Amino acid sequence: MAVVELRLPALPEHVRTARLVALAAARRAGLEDRYVDELRLALGEACARAVGQHLRHAPKAQVVVAVSDHPGALSVSVSDQGPPAGPSGGVGSIGDDLLDGASENDDPDVSPDLLLALLGGLVDDVCVEPGPEGIGTTVTMRWPLPAALTPGVRSSSIAPV
Amino acid sequence: MDLSLSTRTESSPAGDRTVVVVGGEIDVYTAPKLREQLIDLVSGGQYHLVIDMEGVEFLDSTGLGVLVGGLKRVRAHEGSLRLVCTQERILKIFRITGLTKVFPIHSSVDEAVAATD
Repeated sequence: MAVVELRLPALPEHVRTARLVALAAARRAGLEDRYVDELRLALGEACARAVGQHLRHAPKAQVVVAVSDHPGALSVSVSDQGPPAGPSGGVGSIGDDLLDGASENDDPDVSPDLLLALLGGLVDDVCVEPGPEGIGTTVTMRWPLPAALTPGVRSSSIAPV
Repeated sequence: MDLSLSTRTESSPAGDRTVVVVGGEIDVYTAPKLREQLIDLVSGGQYHLVIDMEGVEFLDSTGLGVLVGGLKRVRAHEGSLRLVCTQERILKIFRITGLTKVFPIHSSVDEAVAATD
């Protein structure tokens, strides 16, 4: 079931908001400490990618972040309304691409597809698929929850945002 | 926590080094502040930089891009950019992206300041 759903304007300052809220919800849902850093970084990358896509292609659209718990797993999804994701290269190439991709006076941009490659290196279970009606991209990441926990019970005190 | 930045100069037999102490979160929102700081230093003739990241709580790919940009700028002046980091969660990001091969990463500021190659 959905624990928390956030709809954020596509502004860089809200990426931190998304990290904090999603992390709090995930902890509340029972996410183990060993996955906390991974979730925070992965969600931050996914949101940064979505915000970047919106700023370029759909500045008025909102980025949607959803934290949901299922039997034995927690899922976090980030949906944007930018162009569909393309095929991503290998994670190991990111550093080389960053170094090669810009002149001295220009900081390298991390492309949206490279961010997806980074996510693939960070999270074991990540799924990238087109959004509803082929618009945008939804990135869904999943982490295991301890089997003893019952979905929904721990999240009952969190009001949807 | 927002980004905090401070700089100081340290001398060693290898020469003067500008130490940039970074704290807090480096993400898509705060990374431009770090970028400005690095640009200002290089514009002011500081080409040997040591970035102390021990106080960094969060680093994303935008921050990595800024660090790579800083490295390119100092290299254009035959300078250096060294990182100080012992936090596993930050080091992991450099490993995943292959940037451990690009940045010299040291375990202390003293070690980074004294390094020559």
